[in-house]
Amino acid sequence: MNFLAIVGRVFLAFVLQVGRFAMFTGRAVSHIVRPPFYPRLIARQMVEIGYYSLPVVGLTTLFSGMVLALQSHTGFARFSAEGAVATVVVISLTRELGPVLAGLMVAGRIGAAMAAEIGTMRVTEQIDALSTLSTNPFKYLVAPRLIAGITMLPLLVLVGDIIGVFGGYLIGTTKLDFNPATYIARTVEFLETIDVVSGLVKAAVFGFVIALMGCYHGYHSRGGAQGVGAATTNAVVSASILILILNYVITELFFAQ
Amino acid sequence: MTPNPAESVPKIRLRGVRKRFGSNVVLDGIDLDVATGESLVVIGGSGSGKSVLLKCILGLLRPDSGSIEIDGEETVGLSGRARDRVNAHIGMLFQGAALFDSLPVWENVAFGLIQGRRAGRAEARARALACLKQVGLRPSVAELYPAELSGGMQKRVGLARAIAAQPDIVFFDEPTTGLDPIMADVINDLIVATTRDLGATALSITHDMASATKIGDRIAMLYKGRLIWVGGAQEVFDSGNAHVDQFVRGRAEGPITDEADAG
Repeated sequence: MNFLAIVGRVFLAFVLQVGRFAMFTGRAVSHIVRPPFYPRLIARQMVEIGYYSLPVVGLTTLFSGMVLALQSHTGFARFSAEGAVATVVVISLTRELGPVLAGLMVAGRIGAAMAAEIGTMRVTEQIDALSTLSTNPFKYLVAPRLIAGITMLPLLVLVGDIIGVFGGYLIGTTKLDFNPATYIARTVEFLETIDVVSGLVKAAVFGFVIALMGCYHGYHSRGGAQGVGAATTNAVVSASILILILNYVITELFFAQ
Repeated sequence: MTPNPAESVPKIRLRGVRKRFGSNVVLDGIDLDVATGESLVVIGGSGSGKSVLLKCILGLLRPDSGSIEIDGEETVGLSGRARDRVNAHIGMLFQGAALFDSLPVWENVAFGLIQGRRAGRAEARARALACLKQVGLRPSVAELYPAELSGGMQKRVGLARAIAAQPDIVFFDEPTTGLDPIMADVINDLIVATTRDLGATALSITHDMASATKIGDRIAMLYKGRLIWVGGAQEVFDSGNAHVDQFVRGRAEGPITDEADAG
């Protein structure tokens, strides 16, 4: 096969994938807003994403807040700006670390689980069975997961932010000799609404991306156990990469001068 | 006597149905009629396109060309609610039963009633228990999950799910695959009994000849994407067609070679 044919084949495969993904996203979004809805399934996914991810996200943000306090203190001590530690911790967490770390952790936990579950349903013909029972798989499987992802990630990040700030507070008051009242005052003094809101918007977008990638790769998995394994890997990797790219894009939209 | 026009319209009518995947032609112009109340079995080797044929009729795959009519209504290209309306009259028993792992047995059986027809859970549960009884399962099985059932029990639950909504048409995809001969015969008997009780039209695909002759009124053989023989179930062992003869007698020597298994 000549070189041009290979390039052409790769390009066509790429265009096919992009088109398929765009159509999947369009269908998925359209089913979020159109009845019938499945409240029981949405609630189940909300518990799965929100409640069961809380320990992972809480631990991640707790230690991130602690290490932020330590690192910023040693850095700022070089130019006698130790007083900014509390502000740096809260702004870093609410704007960046909270949503990004929570997003990556949830992508690993939930994105993989979604891809594996839906992928298994695909290869065992359960998705075909749904269609024959007059139930739209997009409405029954995809829409509840997207709704749960969009709503639960911001709540998780909000709780994660608070836990992370608490981590910084713990280190600040026990190791770095900050007065507790001063640390809390510094935390809220320079914090602006947009710092928190931008983080929550990011979280909602990341929640959508994680659920979408899990569902998309699961839905299109082929070839038995190996195909489901590949779908799981692809879901986590693609969601993680998209989280990092979209984090930059949203930051640019909110804060670029 | 003037014929009733409703009786002259086949329940399922296929004309020139073609389907290919890349360069691989799986269905190459299928013409087939299944009369109301009839049980037709499509036989053929692995990869001969039997499952693709069934999925095209069910609307899970769209044929490249041709016509598929159910009750005289063209179904190719139907989607959304129009497709759901057609599928509401169809029950399907999948090869691996395709039960929903996350739901207990009774909810699997009642799924079409609860989700598709918006029936109340109590009413749907009562109907599910009646269907489970019909396929020979005890009420205690209703609370188990599919993973806790044997292969034969899963097939029974799949059959109960297929008939729960009292469909006009029931499809059976390799109903006896993976079962021991006794359980296979039990499932065949259940298929015959349940479709007779429903008065439903049945379309089955299988490569198990014992099953085909037991559940079918007529048998059609699919080979290289074409129906090469259609006839009565009792005529299949005396068809006069070398391909059919080799298949039904399970001989390695004959016109069918491994090359045909490309579907």
